[in-house]
Amino acid sequence: MAEITVSVDGVKYADHVEPRMLLVHYLREIVGKTGTPIGCDTSNCGACTVLLNGESVKSCAVLAVQADGTDITTIEGMASDAGLHPLQEAFHAEHALQCGYCTPGMIIAASDLLKENPHPSDEQIREGLEGNLCRCTGYENIVRAVRRAAAAGVNA
Amino acid sequence: MTAQAETETPAPEIGQARLRKEDERLITGQTNWTDNIRLPGMLHVAFLRSPYAHARITSVDVSAARSEPGVIAAYSGADFAAEQGSLPCAWPVTPDIVIPAHPPMATEEVRYVGEAVACVVARDRYAAADALNAIEVDYEPLPPVLDIRTALQEDSPKVHEAGNKSFEWPFASGDLEAAFGGAPVVLERYYRQQRLIPAAMEPRSVVCSCVGGEFTLWSATQIPHVLRVMLALVTGIPEQNIRVIAPDVGGGFGSKLQVTAEEVLALLIARKLGRPVKWTETRSEGNMTVHHGRDQWQRIRIAADRDGRIRGLDVDLLADMGAYLMLVTPGVPLLGAFMFPAIYKMDAYSFKCTGVFTTKMPTDAYRGAGRPEATFGIERIMDELATELDLDPLELRERNWIKHEEFPYTTIAGLTYDSGNYEAATAKAKELFDYDGLRKEQELRRASNDPVQLGIGISTFTEMCGLAPSRVLGSLAYGAGGWEQASIRMLPTGKVEVVTGSSAHGQGHETAWSQIVADQLGVPFEDIRVLHGDTQVSPKGMDTYGSRSLAVGGMALVSACDKVVEKAKVIAAAMIEASADDLEWSPGQFSVRGDPDKKVTIAEIALAAFAAHNLPDGVEPTIDADATYDPDNFSFPHGTHLCATEVDTETGFVKIRSYVCVDDIGTVVNPLIVEGQVHGGLAQGIAQALYEEAVYDDDGNLVTSTLADYLVPSASDLPSYVTGRTESRAANRLGVKGVGEAGTIASTPAVVNAIVDALRPFGIGDVTMPCTPERVWRAIQTAQGGDQASAAEQHAARQSDQTQGNSPQGIDGGAA
Repeated sequence: MAEITVSVDGVKYADHVEPRMLLVHYLREIVGKTGTPIGCDTSNCGACTVLLNGESVKSCAVLAVQADGTDITTIEGMASDAGLHPLQEAFHAEHALQCGYCTPGMIIAASDLLKENPHPSDEQIREGLEGNLCRCTGYENIVRAVRRAAAAGVNA
Repeated sequence: MTAQAETETPAPEIGQARLRKEDERLITGQTNWTDNIRLPGMLHVAFLRSPYAHARITSVDVSAARSEPGVIAAYSGADFAAEQGSLPCAWPVTPDIVIPAHPPMATEEVRYVGEAVACVVARDRYAAADALNAIEVDYEPLPPVLDIRTALQEDSPKVHEAGNKSFEWPFASGDLEAAFGGAPVVLERYYRQQRLIPAAMEPRSVVCSCVGGEFTLWSATQIPHVLRVMLALVTGIPEQNIRVIAPDVGGGFGSKLQVTAEEVLALLIARKLGRPVKWTETRSEGNMTVHHGRDQWQRIRIAADRDGRIRGLDVDLLADMGAYLMLVTPGVPLLGAFMFPAIYKMDAYSFKCTGVFTTKMPTDAYRGAGRPEATFGIERIMDELATELDLDPLELRERNWIKHEEFPYTTIAGLTYDSGNYEAATAKAKELFDYDGLRKEQELRRASNDPVQLGIGISTFTEMCGLAPSRVLGSLAYGAGGWEQASIRMLPTGKVEVVTGSSAHGQGHETAWSQIVADQLGVPFEDIRVLHGDTQVSPKGMDTYGSRSLAVGGMALVSACDKVVEKAKVIAAAMIEASADDLEWSPGQFSVRGDPDKKVTIAEIALAAFAAHNLPDGVEPTIDADATYDPDNFSFPHGTHLCATEVDTETGFVKIRSYVCVDDIGTVVNPLIVEGQVHGGLAQGIAQALYEEAVYDDDGNLVTSTLADYLVPSASDLPSYVTGRTESRAANRLGVKGVGEAGTIASTPAVVNAIVDALRPFGIGDVTMPCTPERVWRAIQTAQGGDQASAAEQHAARQSDQTQGNSPQGIDGGAA
């Protein structure tokens, strides 16, 4: 067992974990952050995307021990006292989700995309999100939602 | 959110683009997926699965696994033999159909890679997976059966003792001989519907607890009600002791319309151990063992006059059942039987489907279920006929389709289409698409031998949906009815609980059902809560699939609201001291005809019923009501889809330049939700045309077992869509038809027709799906009679220079 200390959505945790434990299992089963779902075993679908020190990572492709000392934001930490994150608002307003299973990862990935490129073209949005799969929406409204959040100045 | 509730005459909720009630929990991570559930003392199950497509099990030894750390139990099929029964097939399509026994855990023989042969129950999922390595299974390999085209030959190895044929289902209408005999034009084509993996984003998961002989089973399922009945029938556990809950469910597309081995086994393991258990599949387990979709070979013949008038259609299908018949496996191709004639008039029609066993994962419903296959077949051959006759493919369709003034119209397949207007949808689609402009550009590119050729694909489709009517399903030997149930509970505070038997998994029923009830009862949208997906909360239902929820479940809501109003009227009359005959209902209140100041609201009536102080004699103290609705016909959405593709003839790469669809789905309850359903449907249909195929190798191993190999498209692989609508009301009171599958059904042939259209100058008449760059390029090379070997080398060099996005490379399912 290895000891790790991580901050998840602003709360500090110190835990002993098996060295092979995946970060996503740590978040879901030890910390209880079930808002981050698992969609595949091969880091193709992106459903489990979280921010690790501000960068989006697929938490099924990171070991919990690799996250030692880091600051993690999950979908459950996106809203603030001021309300929902502009991307959460935009996904709601544009009907950018149906079953909602890919949504946490999609919103987190989009936040990283907008941090790097605050005003992406539609093509850049599509390319920027190609690591996140959605089976319900056909992506049209996801693109609209990211465009809407960009216009609202997410990173302003 | 708008505030119509406070205006004098609220605008109808139906038709408004209400934002979804479901979203708040989904965008904040406050979801309740089955895999999120943790019960005290809960154990985790892992399954050992067959590495052979076909083998006799000679021994299974789980004893070593039992002493692994953290392991509570390990079982083989023998441990369940007395209680596990056989997984059900609810659609025995012919009297002599072969339905082989299908034990949830194999005991003697395995018939596909991934079939469960043993399991471990452990303290956590890691310990369970580890201990699988300690299980020893000896197999005696048997020959796999992988190709339905040869599986019926006498010398083929057998999947089951009874042979490889499950059933043959014929249908004929009109005089086919007369239609084909002497017909000036007869075309015959073979089309391949490849095998697909539904790939809902949420993997399957099941949790089961057993306390004092009472079972609660949570499952990522589309069908909690059907599942409950089936679990009782399969295991013998009394139905009243089983509660099934479908919590938040992350997509289904038919794949969660199933009674699975893992659900049955979770129930039995929980009973054996007296402790709650959980099993959640990995994606690779899911790709192998969630039922697959489609997989047909189609032989289609069409006879026509020189002016393009269709005389007859003759369809002969081979349908791959896989290793067993699951819940509706044999019925899926038959849903297509009635749809091959589509929107066209003709003199005669013949259909035959042969269901064939192979040593692969069973097939079953996947978005569209039978209708995409039929639509593909007819829409592809209509384009071939147009080419043969040198007619514009839209012109050919118009010469044959049912005119709007001819509805209701009984088709050659015996369905009565209640409404439709193919002219209107097509005219609108042509306009949005700039059909004539694109045809001109196509001519120019052809004339200049442009390496990038333009193709225009057409799909004028219809489908039967709203599964019901029960009588019709019965006549097709389906094992259940097709009604739907709804309850309205009027709460003392004037709020409303709506209980529905539909079981949404992304469709937005909580929102749309609120809109329907708001209009019927005149209560604010915000005051309505929709309950579903739990057999204890919503005790009756037929669940959600086949685009049935609105056309059947929505109408059940209307019927239940009618009953509420009827009951409320009696109490209202007493409250305002008037005769019930003099009362007038306008949504939300009763008033006395001619004396509008004398009125009472539905909320006041609900409170009066709750208090029950002054009710007339013999009136029960409630205005709650239940209704079960069973329509007398299917509904028939239709539309015209137009696709423009740019095909790079040097690389085979296909780019969808524009996609326009105009759908007529009847009355629209929520345009936002409808548009979303269309988008998602298009994506799945386009994915079949361009990207997806479940591939087995020569030994029967699934090659596409991960999402790295099975190419669910990403945002960068798909185009933006232009959507439009026309509206002809369905015959039901809401006028609704259904929209869940329309996009998927229509789009696959539109895309393939566009690709073939681009390649016509090369003399190409078909490209097998998925139309990967390699297949398109090979089709061109073959047509040009070029030197394939050296050309292939050049092609490979070019491919390595060019990123092909998410399109499959080097995978060929043997479907040339």
